[in-house]
Amino acid sequence: MMNLNRRDFLRTLGTVAAGGALYGCAGGTRAGGHVIVVGGGFGGATAAKYLRMWSGGGVAVTLIERNTQFISCPISNLVVSGEKQLGDITLGYEGLAKWGVRVIHDEVAGVDAAKRTIRLARGGEMSYDRLVLSPGVDFMYEGTPALNNAAAQDQILHAWKAGPQTVALRKQLEDMKDGGVFAITVPKAPYRCPPGPYERASVVAGYLKTHKPKSKVLVLDANEEVQSKKGLFLKAWSDLYKDILEYRPNSELRDVDVASRTAILEFDKVKTDVLNVIPPQRAGDIAAKSGLKLVNNRWVEIDWRSMESTSTPGIHILGDAIFPAPTMPKSGHMANQHAKLAAAAILNLLAGQAPSPTPLVMNTCYSFIDAKNAIHVASVHVYDADKKTLQPVQGAGGVSAARNELEGKAALGWAQNIWADMLT
Amino acid sequence: MKPAHLIAALALAALTGSAAAQAPDPHLARNLAATCANCHGTNGRAVPGSGMEALAGTDKAKLVEKFREYRSGIRPATVMHQIAKGYSDEQIELIAAYFAAQK
Ligand code: HEC
Repeated sequence: MMNLNRRDFLRTLGTVAAGGALYGCAGGTRAGGHVIVVGGGFGGATAAKYLRMWSGGGVAVTLIERNTQFISCPISNLVVSGEKQLGDITLGYEGLAKWGVRVIHDEVAGVDAAKRTIRLARGGEMSYDRLVLSPGVDFMYEGTPALNNAAAQDQILHAWKAGPQTVALRKQLEDMKDGGVFAITVPKAPYRCPPGPYERASVVAGYLKTHKPKSKVLVLDANEEVQSKKGLFLKAWSDLYKDILEYRPNSELRDVDVASRTAILEFDKVKTDVLNVIPPQRAGDIAAKSGLKLVNNRWVEIDWRSMESTSTPGIHILGDAIFPAPTMPKSGHMANQHAKLAAAAILNLLAGQAPSPTPLVMNTCYSFIDAKNAIHVASVHVYDADKKTLQPVQGAGGVSAARNELEGKAALGWAQNIWADMLT
Repeated sequence: MKPAHLIAALALAALTGSAAAQAPDPHLARNLAATCANCHGTNGRAVPGSGMEALAGTDKAKLVEKFREYRSGIRPATVMHQIAKGYSDEQIELIAAYFAAQK
């Protein structure tokens, strides 16, 4: 690819795609064609790999991802608390080349769903037989006017997409004086990673307890209660962080004062030393730009047998961007499972067959309570043809009996295996 | 159509009909087994040293037995007892056969 110029490269791809599509249409049972995957996170990278692996190389796959490295949100709270470095949660995309995935580091400027083409930001058009969008979330700052500009967002961090912000939040925490207040705001559900804010509050409290014991962690939650593993978090906070961590429900952020790091609530103003705002979220911009039908103007509505948009044939959406099925969290684990569901359905469709009528996915989210102990929530979801959605399997799933070190190890083992499952 | 051909055609229709009822999707085993990969590795090949058990190449009967023990609660577990309750007997047979065939 190095000596091939960009236009030739795209043209070559087009040829592969056309050849594949012909093969697919010839009535054979092997899938062919060209699938473009946009977004190389837990959903997109998994989809790209599994489309290649399961088609035995029969389907051409192009992955378009703006970043040159993958940085994992799961485990990133341990970078904030100082247990891990950014390098520990960073992986390259080279592993996908082994599967024959063509990785292009660029952004998609536009999608023409009727012509089945995409336009790249740095120029060039590409055609697809099927398009997979795994765009994650974008943030909504309309509700907090003072935060609705880049300069403010450089100071009041979210660190809800792992990367430079994760490191910057770690720095703010390290620079905070002993006796300072670290406040984290939680948006109304649904948002990416339901237990994530409470995990972050916990491990930050763990760090402060040892290193700056006069400090406080304040959780300002827009929701009326802890959104995931409630009993386990509340128990951990009262057992371990009684004098450090304070939880305030029904405390939606209305605005901020950037200079004084003040959180402005409906009836109260809270002065902090580090203010970590997790903003409300919606499907990544490309979803709306592609004309896909959204629920509540925020999340993409899909057909659960194929993850295909209900409004726009040929486009499949994965991960945090979708309007979720009942009790289904927005998690990396779930995005990985969406990807496999979609890959299987796409390969069937490209081979002229119907998608599986009974897709099944499962989820597990581990959360750290301190440097060593973790808890989990698990669930299994199966397609219900009457309700036309995935429903949680009754009696399956659940949460940890108690926080424990075995699951601290399992959480790290899970991370290693899911990273390998998507990228190697 | 000659009677013999007709009978053959009918038999074929019956055959494909019952085959379709048994295996609605020929990739069902593969798809179900892929739901385990997040922890046990792609095709059951766990990352060495990750602390997660590899399932690739496990004897089918042994895997089914362990899975059933998780489901009934007699095998100690942090999470597998809750996951196992989400899969039917037929599904775990398919999954176990898939992993047993991964060498
Ligand atoms: C969230 C991570 C996770 C997922 C997903 C998962 N497992 Fe497990 N598995 C574990 C853990 C952890 C153990 C160790 C027992 C425990 O603590 O629950 C285990 C143990 C096992 C064992 C026993 C291994 C041995 O030889 O001791 C089997 C068999 C097994 N799992 C099968 C499966 C199958 C089949 C699936 C998919 C249907 C699956 N697991 C999905 C985490 C997972």
